[in-house]
Amino acid sequence: MESTIQGRVYKFGDNINSDIIIPGRYLIYIDRERLAQHAFEVLGEGFPAKLREFQILVAGRNFGCGSAREQAATAIQGLGIQAVVACSFARTFYRNAINDGLPIFECPELYPDVQEGDSLRIDLAASKIHLGDKQYAFPQFPDSVKKILELGGLANYLKTQLASR
Amino acid sequence: MPGHTIAEKILATKSGRTSVKPGEIVDAYPDLVMSHTATWRSVSVMQKVGATKLYDPDRLAVVLDHIAPAKTEKNATDQQVSRNFARSNGINKFYDVDAGIAHLVLMEAGHVAPGDLIVGTDSHCTIYGSLGALGTGIGYTEVASVWITGKLWMKVPDTFKISLSGKFAPGVYSKDLMLHLIGTLGADGCGYKAVEFHGDATAGLSVSERMTMTNLAMEMGVKCAFVPPDAKTEEYLRGRMDASKRYQPVNADADAVYEKEIPVDLSKLGPMVACPHEVENTKPIQEVQGTRIDQAFLGSCANAKYEDLEVAARILKGRRVHPNVRLIITPGSKQILLEASKTGVFQTLLEAGGMFTNPGCGACAGDGGIMADGEVCLSTANRNFIGRMGSSKAEIYLSSPATLAASAIKGVISDPREFF
Repeated sequence: MESTIQGRVYKFGDNINSDIIIPGRYLIYIDRERLAQHAFEVLGEGFPAKLREFQILVAGRNFGCGSAREQAATAIQGLGIQAVVACSFARTFYRNAINDGLPIFECPELYPDVQEGDSLRIDLAASKIHLGDKQYAFPQFPDSVKKILELGGLANYLKTQLASR
Repeated sequence: MPGHTIAEKILATKSGRTSVKPGEIVDAYPDLVMSHTATWRSVSVMQKVGATKLYDPDRLAVVLDHIAPAKTEKNATDQQVSRNFARSNGINKFYDVDAGIAHLVLMEAGHVAPGDLIVGTDSHCTIYGSLGALGTGIGYTEVASVWITGKLWMKVPDTFKISLSGKFAPGVYSKDLMLHLIGTLGADGCGYKAVEFHGDATAGLSVSERMTMTNLAMEMGVKCAFVPPDAKTEEYLRGRMDASKRYQPVNADADAVYEKEIPVDLSKLGPMVACPHEVENTKPIQEVQGTRIDQAFLGSCANAKYEDLEVAARILKGRRVHPNVRLIITPGSKQILLEASKTGVFQTLLEAGGMFTNPGCGACAGDGGIMADGEVCLSTANRNFIGRMGSSKAEIYLSSPATLAASAIKGVISDPREFF
């Protein structure tokens, strides 16, 4: 995981469920690129292609609710998205994102201030998000989570654990 | 020292602690790790990380339920990987494509006991709380991790207490209660929380009704949901549990601390319907009745249990499904289908014009019963998300099996109470 994540924002509303992120019929795939081709396609014209112009997704409450499908996080990464910042996440998506190495941040204060196309800079060491000259704090990850994210996901973490046995 | 909730007690026991507090993170050892159709993906993670040994094969359960039997070569290959994995690792709790929906199959087979901690590749693992177990969903990579290490980190949740009083009016069921709660509290109204159902009315609800409650609780964002184990739980478990398996029912302390208490008087509830495309978009039947339907789907882990089929059969007996409606019945499990075939429920539903598919997740997981552009489905499942059953231009409404049966007869969404 990089110490700073920077990019342009695409903004979603509340309750973006995992069926919207990746419909069930594509769960036969697990590779990022293939999943990304169909991410958010149910939203209609222009999706998912237009999301490739953005690096950070900002969403309202309960992002990733619904199915526990891990491919929701994988598909978002396949689009080239570097991070998701939401008012809150559904717990299954939260775990899956971490386990897939997709950095996610809970920051409800940012949501009303940010617009599509804005540039954000996320400073992990300082736990701050910068929007123009404004700063927003987000909670630090627990140690158990930090280790997994630093190694790029749970599979890499497991690999190092097994190697050190 | 204040008392503890069910979730706190189970997480303390499974992490080898005497007690835990909400917000604490523990390393917990689940009793059961369920993987369904996603099993092959977890197998691929094991290969990727170079692991060959399972922590405890007896803690694994594998059930092939979504898209079963295979409908493409890719499905067939994925199922073959899962099947071979189960065989070569001596997984005794393996159920193939004929068995039905994982959650129902595992409970029927006695693999779920009060006080258990169960994780699995499915958000609706919350259903295990109907028997007093802590069930919660995780992804396939994390399932592989638990297979190998036996454990996972878990945050101890705060608990909400939902107190039920009164009695359902005829034609009103626990599905209506849950749609009422989800509509009132919202899709994240219980986000990250445990929920316990209490109150005088809870004891009167059947285990099947409790399954619907703890299943649907997922749609208000819970981590887990419980009906405290009681005499009805014992009765359900008798004869199902492995004789060797002893269990200690876990109940909340009288002075347990709840973050919030929500009272509901069941006698005040009427039939509810969730409208497209979110479960929280609920309305009383009066506001939706008359909506045309093309398909009625009686299926899913929420409402395709024997009792659900029986309720529908009682309404459909001697009546006909509307000629413009396809009534698709996908029993939750083979056991349920078997029971329905013995009691006449199977014949009643067929004679009324319904069609049966094999047991499993069916249309709810995008298997048989896909919708075309502009079509409307009334479903007893737990999700009505856009595109979930085929076209993103189709609409899915959710209801109880009784509302579904009444609507299938009339061809439009209809109040079931006139059939009682």
